[in-house]
Amino acid sequence: MPQLSLTVNNQPVTAEVEARTLLVDFLRGPLGLTGTHVGCDTSQCGACVVSLDGKSVKSCAVLAVQADGGHVTTIEGLAAADGTLHPMQAMFREHHALQCGFCTSGMVMSAIDLVKTHPEGLTEAQIRHGLEGNLCRCTGYHNIVKAIAAAWPLMQSEPLPYAAV
Amino acid sequence: MYNFDYIKPRTLAEGTKRLAGDMEAKPLAGGQTLLPVLKQRLNQPSVLVDLAGLNLAFIKRVGGKIEIGAMTTHAEIAAAPEVQQDFPALAELAGNIGDRQVRHRGTIGGSLANNDPSACYPAAVLALDAVIRTNRRDIPAAEFFQGLFTTALEPGELITAVIFTPPQRAAYVKFANPASRYAMVGVFVAKTTSGARVGVTGAGQNGVFRHTAMEQALDKSFTPEALEGVATDEDMMSADIHGSAAYRAHLVGVIARRAVKAIQA
Repeated sequence: MPQLSLTVNNQPVTAEVEARTLLVDFLRGPLGLTGTHVGCDTSQCGACVVSLDGKSVKSCAVLAVQADGGHVTTIEGLAAADGTLHPMQAMFREHHALQCGFCTSGMVMSAIDLVKTHPEGLTEAQIRHGLEGNLCRCTGYHNIVKAIAAAWPLMQSEPLPYAAV
Repeated sequence: MYNFDYIKPRTLAEGTKRLAGDMEAKPLAGGQTLLPVLKQRLNQPSVLVDLAGLNLAFIKRVGGKIEIGAMTTHAEIAAAPEVQQDFPALAELAGNIGDRQVRHRGTIGGSLANNDPSACYPAAVLALDAVIRTNRRDIPAAEFFQGLFTTALEPGELITAVIFTPPQRAAYVKFANPASRYAMVGVFVAKTTSGARVGVTGAGQNGVFRHTAMEQALDKSFTPEALEGVATDEDMMSADIHGSAAYRAHLVGVIARRAVKAIQA
Protein backbone atom coordinates (compact mmCIF):
# COMPACT_ATOMS: atom_id res chain seq x y z
CA MET A 1 0.00 0.00 0.00
CA PRO A 2 1.19 3.54 -0.70
CA GLN A 3 3.04 5.34 2.07
CA LEU A 4 1.89 8.80 2.89
CA SER A 5 3.46 11.60 4.82
CA LEU A 6 1.97 15.01 5.16
CA THR A 7 1.29 17.79 7.64
CA VAL A 8 -2.19 18.01 9.15
CA ASN A 9 -3.00 20.98 11.35
CA ASN A 10 0.72 21.64 11.77
CA GLN A 11 1.39 18.07 12.94
CA PRO A 12 3.45 15.64 10.86
CA VAL A 13 1.51 12.51 9.93
CA THR A 14 2.80 9.30 8.37
CA ALA A 15 0.51 6.48 7.30
CA GLU A 16 -0.04 3.61 4.94
CA VAL A 17 -3.31 3.83 3.01
CA GLU A 18 -5.06 2.10 0.14
CA ALA A 19 -4.64 4.14 -3.04
CA ARG A 20 -8.41 4.55 -3.25
CA THR A 21 -8.71 6.19 0.19
CA LEU A 22 -10.25 9.63 -0.14
CA LEU A 23 -8.64 12.47 1.76
CA VAL A 24 -11.85 12.99 3.73
CA ASP A 25 -11.94 9.34 4.81
CA PHE A 26 -8.30 9.51 5.84
CA LEU A 27 -8.96 12.61 7.94
CA ARG A 28 -12.13 11.29 9.56
CA GLY A 29 -11.00 7.67 10.01
CA PRO A 30 -7.36 7.11 10.99
CA LEU A 31 -6.86 10.71 12.13
CA GLY A 32 -10.20 11.02 13.92
CA LEU A 33 -10.75 14.55 12.61
CA THR A 34 -14.50 14.27 12.28
CA GLY A 35 -15.13 18.00 12.05
CA THR A 36 -14.81 17.62 8.28
CA HIS A 37 -18.12 16.20 7.08
CA VAL A 38 -19.31 14.06 4.20
CA GLY A 39 -22.57 15.45 2.90
CA CYS A 40 -23.35 14.53 -0.67
CA ASP A 41 -20.19 12.60 -1.54
CA THR A 42 -20.68 13.82 -5.13
CA SER A 43 -18.55 17.01 -4.90
CA GLN A 44 -21.52 19.34 -4.81
CA CYS A 45 -22.29 20.25 -1.19
CA GLY A 46 -18.92 21.44 0.16
CA ALA A 47 -19.34 19.98 3.67
CA CYS A 48 -15.95 18.28 3.19
CA VAL A 49 -13.94 21.41 2.29
CA VAL A 50 -10.47 21.59 3.81
CA SER A 51 -7.37 23.61 2.99
CA LEU A 52 -4.73 21.74 0.98
CA ASP A 53 -1.52 23.70 0.44
CA GLY A 54 -3.37 26.94 1.14
CA LYS A 55 -6.29 26.31 -1.21
CA SER A 56 -9.79 25.16 -0.38
CA VAL A 57 -10.58 21.77 -1.90
CA LYS A 58 -13.34 19.21 -1.63
CA SER A 59 -11.70 16.42 0.30
CA CYS A 60 -14.22 13.90 -1.06
CA ALA A 61 -12.79 14.55 -4.53
CA VAL A 62 -9.11 14.24 -3.61
CA LEU A 63 -7.25 11.02 -2.90
CA ALA A 64 -5.24 10.91 0.31
CA VAL A 65 -2.17 9.97 -1.77
CA GLN A 66 -2.58 13.18 -3.77
CA ALA A 67 -2.00 15.11 -0.55
CA ASP A 68 1.33 13.33 0.06
CA GLY A 69 3.94 15.88 1.06
CA GLY A 70 1.29 18.56 1.44
CA HIS A 71 -0.13 20.73 4.19
CA VAL A 72 -3.72 20.15 5.21
CA THR A 73 -5.72 22.34 7.57
CA THR A 74 -9.11 21.26 8.83
CA ILE A 75 -11.67 23.01 11.01
CA GLU A 76 -9.92 21.53 14.05
CA GLY A 77 -6.75 23.44 13.14
CA LEU A 78 -8.23 26.92 13.20
CA ALA A 79 -8.63 27.90 16.85
CA ALA A 80 -5.64 28.97 18.91
CA ALA A 81 -4.16 26.60 21.51
CA ASP A 82 -5.97 28.48 24.28
CA GLY A 83 -9.29 27.92 22.52
CA THR A 84 -9.62 31.41 21.03
CA LEU A 85 -11.69 30.98 17.91
CA HIS A 86 -10.48 31.97 14.46
CA PRO A 87 -12.20 35.26 13.53
CA MET A 88 -14.26 33.43 10.89
CA GLN A 89 -15.53 30.98 13.50
CA ALA A 90 -16.22 33.82 15.90
CA MET A 91 -18.19 35.77 13.30
CA PHE A 92 -20.21 32.69 12.30
CA ARG A 93 -21.21 32.41 15.96
CA GLU A 94 -21.81 36.15 16.36
CA HIS A 95 -24.04 36.39 13.26
CA HIS A 96 -25.99 33.17 13.70
CA ALA A 97 -24.50 31.81 10.49
CA LEU A 98 -25.35 28.23 11.42
CA GLN A 99 -28.39 26.30 12.44
CA CYS A 100 -27.92 22.55 12.23
CA GLY A 101 -24.18 23.04 11.72
CA PHE A 102 -23.60 20.24 9.24
CA CYS A 103 -22.31 22.52 6.47
CA THR A 104 -20.51 24.87 8.84
CA SER A 105 -16.98 23.46 8.85
CA GLY A 106 -16.91 23.44 5.06
CA MET A 107 -18.43 26.91 4.93
CA VAL A 108 -15.81 28.28 7.32
CA MET A 109 -12.92 26.68 5.40
CA SER A 110 -14.24 28.05 2.08
CA ALA A 111 -14.87 31.46 3.61
CA ILE A 112 -11.33 31.77 4.99
CA ASP A 113 -9.89 30.90 1.57
CA LEU A 114 -12.19 33.46 -0.04
CA VAL A 115 -11.14 36.26 2.33
CA LYS A 116 -7.44 35.40 1.96
CA THR A 117 -7.59 35.71 -1.83
CA HIS A 118 -9.38 39.08 -1.72
CA PRO A 119 -7.17 41.45 0.28
CA GLU A 120 -8.70 44.32 -1.69
CA GLY A 121 -12.12 43.67 -0.12
CA LEU A 122 -15.15 41.53 -0.82
CA THR A 123 -18.54 42.60 -2.11
CA GLU A 124 -21.69 40.73 -1.18
CA ALA A 125 -21.91 39.46 -4.77
CA GLN A 126 -18.34 38.14 -4.59
CA ILE A 127 -19.08 36.36 -1.32
CA ARG A 128 -22.18 34.72 -2.78
CA HIS A 129 -20.29 33.69 -5.94
CA GLY A 130 -17.44 32.38 -3.75
CA LEU A 131 -19.85 30.13 -1.86
CA GLU A 132 -21.17 28.42 -5.00
CA GLY A 133 -19.53 25.19 -3.92
CA ASN A 134 -21.12 25.10 -0.46
CA LEU A 135 -24.72 24.20 0.18
CA CYS A 136 -26.63 25.10 3.34
CA ARG A 137 -30.19 23.83 3.74
CA CYS A 138 -31.05 25.78 6.91
CA THR A 139 -29.93 29.38 6.94
CA GLY A 140 -30.82 30.70 3.51
CA TYR A 141 -27.17 31.89 3.37
CA HIS A 142 -27.97 35.44 4.46
CA ASN A 143 -26.27 35.27 7.84
CA ILE A 144 -23.35 33.31 6.40
CA VAL A 145 -22.73 36.17 3.97
CA LYS A 146 -22.97 38.66 6.84
CA ALA A 147 -20.52 36.66 8.96
CA ILE A 148 -17.94 36.52 6.14
CA ALA A 149 -18.23 40.25 5.52
CA ALA A 150 -17.71 40.86 9.24
CA ALA A 151 -14.70 38.53 9.39
CA TRP A 152 -12.92 40.21 6.46
CA PRO A 153 -11.58 43.24 8.40
CA LEU A 154 -10.64 41.03 11.37
CA MET A 155 -8.50 38.87 9.08
CA GLN A 156 -6.49 41.75 7.63
CA SER A 157 -4.40 42.36 10.76
CA GLU A 158 -0.94 40.79 10.94
CA PRO A 159 0.49 38.77 12.50
CA LEU A 160 -2.33 36.29 12.68
CA PRO A 161 -3.15 35.40 16.27
CA TYR A 162 -4.30 31.93 15.13
CA ALA A 163 -3.11 29.07 12.99
CA ALA A 164 -2.30 30.18 9.45
CA VAL A 165 -4.36 28.34 6.86
CA MET B 1 -14.43 2.76 -5.35
CA TYR B 2 -12.69 -0.34 -6.61
CA ASN B 3 -9.08 -0.33 -5.55
CA PHE B 4 -6.25 0.47 -7.95
CA ASP B 5 -2.52 1.01 -7.90
CA TYR B 6 -1.17 4.52 -7.82
CA ILE B 7 2.05 5.91 -9.21
CA LYS B 8 3.33 9.45 -9.46
CA PRO B 9 6.03 9.51 -12.13
CA ARG B 10 8.70 12.18 -12.16
CA THR B 11 9.19 12.17 -15.93
CA LEU B 12 6.76 12.26 -18.83
CA ALA B 13 8.51 9.25 -20.39
CA GLU B 14 7.94 7.15 -17.28
CA GLY B 15 4.25 8.10 -17.18
CA THR B 16 3.51 7.56 -20.84
CA LYS B 17 5.34 4.22 -20.85
CA ARG B 18 3.08 2.92 -18.09
CA LEU B 19 -0.01 4.24 -19.84
CA ALA B 20 0.96 2.86 -23.24
CA GLY B 21 1.77 -0.58 -21.85
CA ASP B 22 -1.45 -1.08 -19.91
CA MET B 23 -4.84 -0.44 -21.50
CA GLU B 24 -6.49 -0.37 -18.07
CA ALA B 25 -4.17 2.34 -16.74
CA LYS B 26 -5.64 5.85 -16.46
CA PRO B 27 -3.97 9.22 -16.16
CA LEU B 28 -5.04 11.35 -13.18
CA ALA B 29 -4.97 15.11 -13.68
CA GLY B 30 -7.10 17.15 -11.23
CA GLY B 31 -9.45 14.24 -10.64
CA GLN B 32 -12.60 16.39 -10.44
CA THR B 33 -14.34 14.22 -13.02
CA LEU B 34 -12.37 10.98 -12.74
CA LEU B 35 -12.71 10.53 -8.97
CA PRO B 36 -16.52 10.98 -8.93
CA VAL B 37 -16.70 8.47 -11.80
CA LEU B 38 -14.58 5.99 -9.87
CA LYS B 39 -16.69 6.51 -6.76
CA GLN B 40 -19.71 5.38 -8.75
CA ARG B 41 -17.79 2.28 -9.83
CA LEU B 42 -18.30 3.19 -13.47
CA ASN B 43 -14.66 2.47 -14.20
CA GLN B 44 -12.03 0.14 -12.80
CA PRO B 45 -8.50 1.26 -13.69
CA SER B 46 -5.54 -0.99 -12.92
CA VAL B 47 -3.41 1.99 -11.98
CA LEU B 48 -3.82 5.74 -11.73
CA VAL B 49 -0.85 7.61 -13.14
CA ASP B 50 -0.80 10.94 -11.29
CA LEU B 51 0.47 13.69 -13.59
CA ALA B 52 1.03 16.19 -10.77
CA GLY B 53 4.79 15.62 -10.60
CA LEU B 54 5.60 16.39 -14.25
CA ASN B 55 5.93 20.19 -14.09
CA LEU B 56 3.05 20.66 -16.48
CA ALA B 57 1.48 23.61 -14.63
CA PHE B 58 2.65 26.79 -16.34
CA ILE B 59 1.45 29.76 -18.36
CA LYS B 60 3.79 31.53 -20.72
CA ARG B 61 3.72 33.97 -23.58
CA VAL B 62 5.47 32.67 -26.68
CA GLY B 63 5.62 35.16 -29.54
CA GLY B 64 2.10 36.57 -29.35
CA LYS B 65 0.59 33.26 -28.27
CA ILE B 66 -0.26 31.91 -24.84
CA GLU B 67 0.93 28.45 -23.93
CA ILE B 68 -0.85 26.84 -20.99
CA GLY B 69 0.50 23.67 -19.41
CA ALA B 70 -1.95 20.78 -19.24
CA MET B 71 -1.90 20.58 -15.42
CA THR B 72 -2.66 24.29 -14.95
CA THR B 73 -5.82 24.62 -12.86
CA HIS B 74 -8.88 26.64 -13.80
CA ALA B 75 -8.17 28.92 -10.81
CA GLU B 76 -4.60 29.54 -12.00
CA ILE B 77 -5.77 30.37 -15.53
CA ALA B 78 -8.47 32.72 -14.19
CA ALA B 79 -5.95 34.56 -12.01
CA ALA B 80 -2.96 34.71 -14.39
CA PRO B 81 -2.04 38.29 -15.38
CA GLU B 82 -0.91 37.05 -18.83
CA VAL B 83 -4.33 35.54 -19.50
CA GLN B 84 -6.22 38.49 -18.01
CA GLN B 85 -4.28 40.92 -20.21
CA ASP B 86 -3.98 39.03 -23.50
CA PHE B 87 -7.11 36.90 -23.42
CA PRO B 88 -9.54 38.11 -20.73
CA ALA B 89 -12.42 36.00 -22.10
CA LEU B 90 -10.47 32.84 -21.28
CA ALA B 91 -9.78 34.06 -17.74
CA GLU B 92 -13.48 34.69 -17.29
CA LEU B 93 -14.41 31.31 -18.77
CA ALA B 94 -12.01 29.50 -16.44
CA GLY B 95 -13.20 31.53 -13.44
CA ASN B 96 -16.77 30.33 -13.88
CA ILE B 97 -16.15 26.61 -14.25
CA GLY B 98 -17.73 24.55 -11.48
CA ASP B 99 -17.11 26.16 -8.11
CA ARG B 100 -14.06 27.56 -6.32
CA GLN B 101 -12.95 24.21 -4.93
CA VAL B 102 -13.31 22.45 -8.28
CA ARG B 103 -11.33 25.26 -9.91
CA HIS B 104 -8.52 24.72 -7.41
CA ARG B 105 -8.06 21.12 -8.57
CA GLY B 106 -9.49 20.79 -12.09
CA THR B 107 -7.09 21.29 -15.00
CA ILE B 108 -7.37 22.43 -18.61
CA GLY B 109 -5.64 19.29 -19.87
CA GLY B 110 -7.93 17.02 -17.91
CA SER B 111 -11.01 18.83 -19.17
CA LEU B 112 -9.91 18.64 -22.81
CA ALA B 113 -8.86 14.99 -22.62
CA ASN B 114 -12.24 14.12 -21.12
CA ASN B 115 -14.16 16.13 -23.76
CA ASP B 116 -17.37 16.28 -21.78
CA PRO B 117 -20.02 17.70 -24.14
CA SER B 118 -20.91 20.29 -21.49
CA ALA B 119 -17.38 21.42 -20.63
CA CYS B 120 -16.51 25.08 -21.17
CA TYR B 121 -12.95 25.07 -22.58
CA PRO B 122 -13.75 23.16 -25.80
CA ALA B 123 -15.89 26.08 -27.05
CA ALA B 124 -12.89 28.44 -26.90
CA VAL B 125 -10.33 25.87 -28.04
CA LEU B 126 -12.32 24.86 -31.12
CA ALA B 127 -13.46 28.39 -32.04
CA LEU B 128 -9.90 29.69 -31.99
CA ASP B 129 -8.20 26.72 -33.63
CA ALA B 130 -5.99 26.31 -30.59
CA VAL B 131 -3.26 23.70 -30.77
CA ILE B 132 -3.28 20.74 -28.40
CA ARG B 133 0.30 19.72 -27.79
CA THR B 134 0.97 16.17 -26.65
CA ASN B 135 4.06 14.12 -25.87
CA ARG B 136 3.99 13.04 -29.55
CA ARG B 137 2.60 15.81 -31.75
CA ASP B 138 0.63 19.02 -32.14
CA ILE B 139 -3.07 18.39 -32.80
CA PRO B 140 -5.24 21.16 -34.31
CA ALA B 141 -8.45 21.62 -32.34
CA ALA B 142 -10.55 20.82 -35.41
CA GLU B 143 -9.11 17.30 -35.41
CA PHE B 144 -8.95 16.86 -31.66
CA PHE B 145 -12.64 16.78 -30.69
CA GLN B 146 -14.26 13.66 -32.11
CA GLY B 147 -17.64 13.39 -30.42
CA LEU B 148 -18.90 12.78 -26.89
CA PHE B 149 -16.02 11.99 -24.53
CA THR B 150 -13.92 11.10 -27.58
CA THR B 151 -10.72 12.75 -28.75
CA ALA B 152 -7.82 12.17 -31.14
CA LEU B 153 -5.62 11.07 -28.22
CA GLU B 154 -4.12 7.61 -28.63
CA PRO B 155 -3.20 5.19 -25.85
CA GLY B 156 -0.16 6.49 -24.03
CA GLU B 157 -0.59 9.96 -25.49
CA LEU B 158 -0.85 12.80 -22.98
CA ILE B 159 -1.68 16.45 -23.46
CA THR B 160 1.24 18.56 -22.29
CA ALA B 161 0.01 22.05 -23.24
CA VAL B 162 -2.61 24.06 -25.09
CA ILE B 163 -1.53 26.94 -27.29
CA PHE B 164 -3.94 29.79 -27.96
CA THR B 165 -3.61 32.67 -30.37
CA PRO B 166 -5.53 35.34 -28.46
CA PRO B 167 -8.37 36.90 -30.48
CA GLN B 168 -8.87 40.65 -30.88
CA ARG B 169 -12.04 40.52 -28.77
CA ALA B 170 -13.97 37.63 -27.32
CA ALA B 171 -16.62 36.66 -24.84
CA TYR B 172 -17.93 33.42 -23.41
CA VAL B 173 -21.45 33.26 -22.03
CA LYS B 174 -22.90 30.16 -20.48
CA PHE B 175 -26.35 29.24 -19.34
CA ALA B 176 -25.36 27.05 -16.42
CA ASN B 177 -27.39 24.23 -15.03
CA PRO B 178 -28.17 25.59 -11.56
CA ALA B 179 -27.20 22.34 -9.79
CA SER B 180 -24.16 21.02 -11.65
CA ARG B 181 -22.88 24.38 -13.04
CA TYR B 182 -22.19 22.62 -16.31
CA ALA B 183 -23.19 24.52 -19.42
CA MET B 184 -26.72 23.78 -20.65
CA VAL B 185 -25.51 25.95 -23.50
CA GLY B 186 -22.24 27.84 -23.64
CA VAL B 187 -21.25 30.06 -26.56
CA PHE B 188 -17.79 31.47 -27.16
CA VAL B 189 -17.73 34.30 -29.71
CA ALA B 190 -14.52 35.91 -30.98
CA LYS B 191 -13.38 38.56 -33.39
CA THR B 192 -10.11 37.39 -34.95
CA THR B 193 -7.89 38.61 -37.77
CA SER B 194 -9.37 35.84 -39.90
CA GLY B 195 -12.99 36.66 -39.09
CA ALA B 196 -15.69 35.89 -36.57
CA ARG B 197 -15.63 32.61 -34.67
CA VAL B 198 -18.45 30.95 -32.77
CA GLY B 199 -17.94 27.82 -30.66
CA VAL B 200 -20.90 26.14 -28.98
CA THR B 201 -20.73 23.70 -26.08
CA GLY B 202 -23.38 21.95 -23.98
CA ALA B 203 -25.87 21.75 -26.82
CA GLY B 204 -24.61 19.57 -29.67
CA GLN B 205 -25.40 15.88 -29.88
CA ASN B 206 -21.79 15.27 -30.86
CA GLY B 207 -20.30 17.69 -28.39
CA VAL B 208 -18.68 21.01 -29.16
CA PHE B 209 -19.17 22.52 -32.65
CA ARG B 210 -18.50 25.68 -34.61
CA HIS B 211 -21.60 27.54 -35.69
CA THR B 212 -20.55 28.49 -39.23
CA ALA B 213 -23.87 30.14 -40.13
CA MET B 214 -23.42 32.52 -37.21
CA GLU B 215 -19.79 33.15 -38.15
CA GLN B 216 -20.85 34.15 -41.68
CA ALA B 217 -23.57 36.43 -40.35
CA LEU B 218 -21.13 38.11 -37.93
CA ASP B 219 -18.57 38.56 -40.70
CA LYS B 220 -21.13 40.71 -42.52
CA SER B 221 -22.13 42.66 -39.41
CA PHE B 222 -20.68 42.03 -35.95
CA THR B 223 -23.88 42.83 -34.05
CA PRO B 224 -26.39 40.84 -31.99
CA GLU B 225 -29.04 41.79 -34.58
CA ALA B 226 -27.06 40.02 -37.31
CA LEU B 227 -27.82 36.74 -35.54
CA GLU B 228 -31.60 37.25 -35.58
CA GLY B 229 -33.04 34.58 -37.80
CA VAL B 230 -29.83 32.54 -38.06
CA ALA B 231 -31.07 29.02 -37.57
CA THR B 232 -29.57 26.39 -35.27
CA ASP B 233 -30.41 22.89 -36.47
CA GLU B 234 -32.64 21.23 -33.88
CA ASP B 235 -31.71 17.79 -35.18
CA MET B 236 -28.12 18.41 -34.09
CA MET B 237 -29.06 19.33 -30.52
CA SER B 238 -28.96 17.08 -27.49
CA ALA B 239 -32.05 16.58 -25.35
CA ASP B 240 -32.28 15.49 -21.72
CA ILE B 241 -34.33 16.08 -18.58
CA HIS B 242 -32.94 19.62 -18.38
CA GLY B 243 -34.03 20.76 -21.81
CA SER B 244 -35.40 19.56 -25.15
CA ALA B 245 -33.54 19.87 -28.45
CA ALA B 246 -35.84 22.73 -29.51
CA TYR B 247 -35.15 24.54 -26.24
CA ARG B 248 -31.40 24.18 -26.67
CA ALA B 249 -31.51 25.31 -30.30
CA HIS B 250 -33.36 28.45 -29.22
CA LEU B 251 -30.98 29.00 -26.30
CA VAL B 252 -27.92 28.85 -28.59
CA GLY B 253 -29.27 31.91 -30.42
CA VAL B 254 -30.08 33.79 -27.22
CA ILE B 255 -26.70 33.08 -25.61
CA ALA B 256 -24.77 33.86 -28.81
CA ARG B 257 -26.45 37.27 -29.01
CA ARG B 258 -25.56 37.94 -25.37
CA ALA B 259 -21.94 37.04 -26.11
CA VAL B 260 -21.80 39.43 -29.09
CA LYS B 261 -23.36 42.12 -26.93
CA ALA B 262 -20.74 41.50 -24.24
CA ILE B 263 -17.98 41.98 -26.84
CA GLN B 264 -19.49 45.26 -27.98
CA ALA B 265 -19.82 46.58 -24.42
